[in-house]
Amino acid sequence: MTALPAGSHPDLAEVWRWLAEVPDPEIPVISVTDLGIVREVEWQGETLVVTVTPTYSGCPATSVIALDIEAALRAKGVERLRLERRLAPPWTTDWLTREGREKLRRYGIAPPVDGTAADGRIAGRIARLAGGGNLAVACPRCGSTRTERISQFGSTPCKASWRCTDCLEPFDYFKCI
Amino acid sequence: MAEAATAVDRAAFFDWLCRMGDSCLVLGHRVSEWCGHAPVLEEDIALANQALDLIGQCQFWLSLAGEVEGRGRSADDLAYLRDAAQFRNLLLVERPNGDFGHTLMRQFLFDAFHFEMLRALEGSADPRVAAIAAKAGKEVAYHLERSADLVIALGDGSTESHDRMAAALRALWPYTGEMFADDAVDRAMAAAGIAPLPSGLKPAWAATVAEVLAAATLDHPGEVWQHGVSGAGGGRRGVHSEHLGYILAEMQFLQRAYPGAVW
Repeated sequence: MTALPAGSHPDLAEVWRWLAEVPDPEIPVISVTDLGIVREVEWQGETLVVTVTPTYSGCPATSVIALDIEAALRAKGVERLRLERRLAPPWTTDWLTREGREKLRRYGIAPPVDGTAADGRIAGRIARLAGGGNLAVACPRCGSTRTERISQFGSTPCKASWRCTDCLEPFDYFKCI
Repeated sequence: MAEAATAVDRAAFFDWLCRMGDSCLVLGHRVSEWCGHAPVLEEDIALANQALDLIGQCQFWLSLAGEVEGRGRSADDLAYLRDAAQFRNLLLVERPNGDFGHTLMRQFLFDAFHFEMLRALEGSADPRVAAIAAKAGKEVAYHLERSADLVIALGDGSTESHDRMAAALRALWPYTGEMFADDAVDRAMAAAGIAPLPSGLKPAWAATVAEVLAAATLDHPGEVWQHGVSGAGGGRRGVHSEHLGYILAEMQFLQRAYPGAVW
């Protein structure tokens, strides 16, 4: 660890670059900034305040993410640091960066497809159940859009389980919320 | 906003927050009992994920309850160190799991209510309540879609699965009325603009339920006697079935035996 000279702070662009290197503990190919969960970074006097929003209410990675952010910034010499939690507006997969989506795809996780979030409108859903409805989630392995959902819930709170009917591989889908 | 929060009766607000948090906690615990036991791996994972969502939402509600109460109690203190009579959850969510279909029917009847409640709470006069509701509501939309899909699939499935779903519906229906029975706490919350009167959520809930039961080829139970609606009883006022005690015995054992244990 290198202590910063007294009275100087790294500028915020530098802090954002550091945060862009902090991986998500469950999906280490994407960073906390790719996920869009770092909402604000600011100096309040001599203290660096980093505001983070949780992905899912019960995501077990939330506390690990806070620890990782803190450890990464301390390793860069930030001594006075405070993490704050902000719930509103609630996290949405719309905040995933373009690079983050590409990294997910390369890692084998289909990135979120707009318009596939659950909306609780059961009446419309019952009508759709008969016809199926193609959501065009592309297989991250072969690119085919002939895919089907196995379960809306997957290996972490943020993912659903899908399979490709062309290459027959199961895959994770980073579901919209 | 802080104005609405201070104008409202603090004890009533605390009680109401415990109702929200405790229903999430107790249902989350019930659902977690399936971990490692569900009929197929995908359903096991889905149940565990929903339990996580519910327990995460419970942490938000009970943290706020502790803040409103102002006696320094954390969400963990409230979850682990209150006895059954201090719990404010609905009787429905403490019902035993039964078979997989029974668990899904209980989940659907609750999800359809939870979804309407959270949607209404997004407009709460208290921004802390609105923030939790907006976050939880997106998760609960997924819960509702899943439980509705499975109630339809199992109800409109084999003779065996249909009969089991019909039996689950008959057994659980008398516990649904409590969700919509307004009392003094609800009226205080509604007057402060913090929460809707539960009775006002019933038409939307009833429409969802009727739609899904019809698609599931299950007969609607109609009007039957309901638990916890009249008098001073009901889970929301701390009068529980014997099942809650067993849940708490398991859930609270570690903190009771080893106070303050952490890992």
